Amino acid sequence: MSNLSDPVFQQLLGGIFAALALGTIAGQLLKRRARSEDARATVANMNQRIKAWWVMCAIFAVAVLTGGIGSIILFALLSFLALREFITLVDSGRGDHRALLIAFFLALPAQYVLVAIGWYGLFSILIPVYAFLLIPGVLAVVGETENFLQRTATIQWGLAICVYAISHAPALLFLDIPGYDGREALLLFYLVLVVQLSDVLQYIFGKLFGRHKIAPRVSPNKTWEGFVGGVACATAIGTALWWATPFDPLEAAMMSLLIALVGFLGGLVMAAIKRDRGVKDYGALIPGHGGVLDRIDSLTFAAPVFFHVTRFFFQ
Amino acid sequence: MVAGLIAGFARLMSGAVATWHVQPHSDRVRIYFANHSSHADFATIWAALPADVRARTRPVAAADYWQRSRLRRYLAAEVFRAVLIDRAGGGPAATEQMAAALRAGHSLIIFPEGTRGDGRVIAPFRSGLYHLAVAVPEAELIPVRLVNLNRVLPKGEAIPVPVIARLTFGAPIGLEEGESKESLLARAHAAVVALDERAKADRDMS
Repeated sequence: MSNLSDPVFQQLLGGIFAALALGTIAGQLLKRRARSEDARATVANMNQRIKAWWVMCAIFAVAVLTGGIGSIILFALLSFLALREFITLVDSGRGDHRALLIAFFLALPAQYVLVAIGWYGLFSILIPVYAFLLIPGVLAVVGETENFLQRTATIQWGLAICVYAISHAPALLFLDIPGYDGREALLLFYLVLVVQLSDVLQYIFGKLFGRHKIAPRVSPNKTWEGFVGGVACATAIGTALWWATPFDPLEAAMMSLLIALVGFLGGLVMAAIKRDRGVKDYGALIPGHGGVLDRIDSLTFAAPVFFHVTRFFFQ
Repeated sequence: MVAGLIAGFARLMSGAVATWHVQPHSDRVRIYFANHSSHADFATIWAALPADVRARTRPVAAADYWQRSRLRRYLAAEVFRAVLIDRAGGGPAATEQMAAALRAGHSLIIFPEGTRGDGRVIAPFRSGLYHLAVAVPEAELIPVRLVNLNRVLPKGEAIPVPVIARLTFGAPIGLEEGESKESLLARAHAAVVALDERAKADRDMS
């Protein structure tokens, strides 16, 4: 199964790489213009981010183009890296070791095997039912009772966000949408594109026009101007791409608005956790962006909602 | 080859981010001394060293543990080329073994607490570090701080959890003219403790 021959894919990829090329040129021009120390630091960070975007887009494109299994492996790996960043950030102790082994080496691979074989029923309850009960069970057997509820909830939450929620993105591949046969990979592409565009556009609008902070204690970079401009622009682009989706233009508009709004909440929630733990980023794996979880925070919220709305209305 | 694979695996599992406050390469032999909370400790330090430095660096380990099975004997002798110390044998013999390795041009990784702790408190250092510093004054004493290793592989567990570990190589501390054993051990201990404060401050500021 190869998506490379699909003209829709070729156009989307062409568009993305053209946009990146424009961004790279703009970044180099800004670099020459930047005068103050502050401006130079901002531009340097922006160029670092653009560079990382090239790599991320290339990896994602290759994964999607190789068909289902490439995407599933990529998202399984992202889940692993995200869960690792999440668990590193919280206080896990000796009493949590066995439960964490189950989270990393049993629940995570099992969830992605279920995605690969398309077993929707078990996919949707494995973590909310079985892992939900097994994790506190194992913690109780190990026998450390200090902060029991907090430790249980932390591991469950990490699994829910980093594994369960993210796995809904590649799960789009096993949806069976009438009249859209075999092109479900495009939906995955569409979701990730709109989520990430919304993030980038909110960042750009915020840098250009940002005045009024939305939640200064949670994230000093999120402003109403950035939010409105970014969400509106991402929705407009998502609408304009309706021809690549099973949606008509109005449906595409509502879907991309939904993706952008839920994604925004995801970014805000994941930022609140970082503030609570006293760090700026979840990791340092992606230059300019921080950790994997910093890059896919919006996606963790948008993926399950997009999956279920699509499944409910279009399958 | 085997060593390279094991080093790569150790880096993958511990996700270790190494910070150096000293050049990784040196003309002098070194004694890397670190806090100890996990069986994964020495592999993490060893894996973080540049390959050529790693090839000249040997861990100091307990003979009774590493001679218990064929696999361990193979790893200790062929891969890590550990300096195996007889724990029951007493201090002077062990010091002489380690000093011989240093004089032969090999750097050493040692854990002066003597045993694994819980990862929160660093126990007082045993005197071996001092005797070694006296016996081989040309060796550089490099403090190394390991963070999160007790979460990667705590005492009594066999399978590591991939929590991201941090390790920091500090600036060398030297044995001063006529310095007492207590003074050197206290300074060495303080140096390892202080490296975590620095790692923490770096993290908060970034």
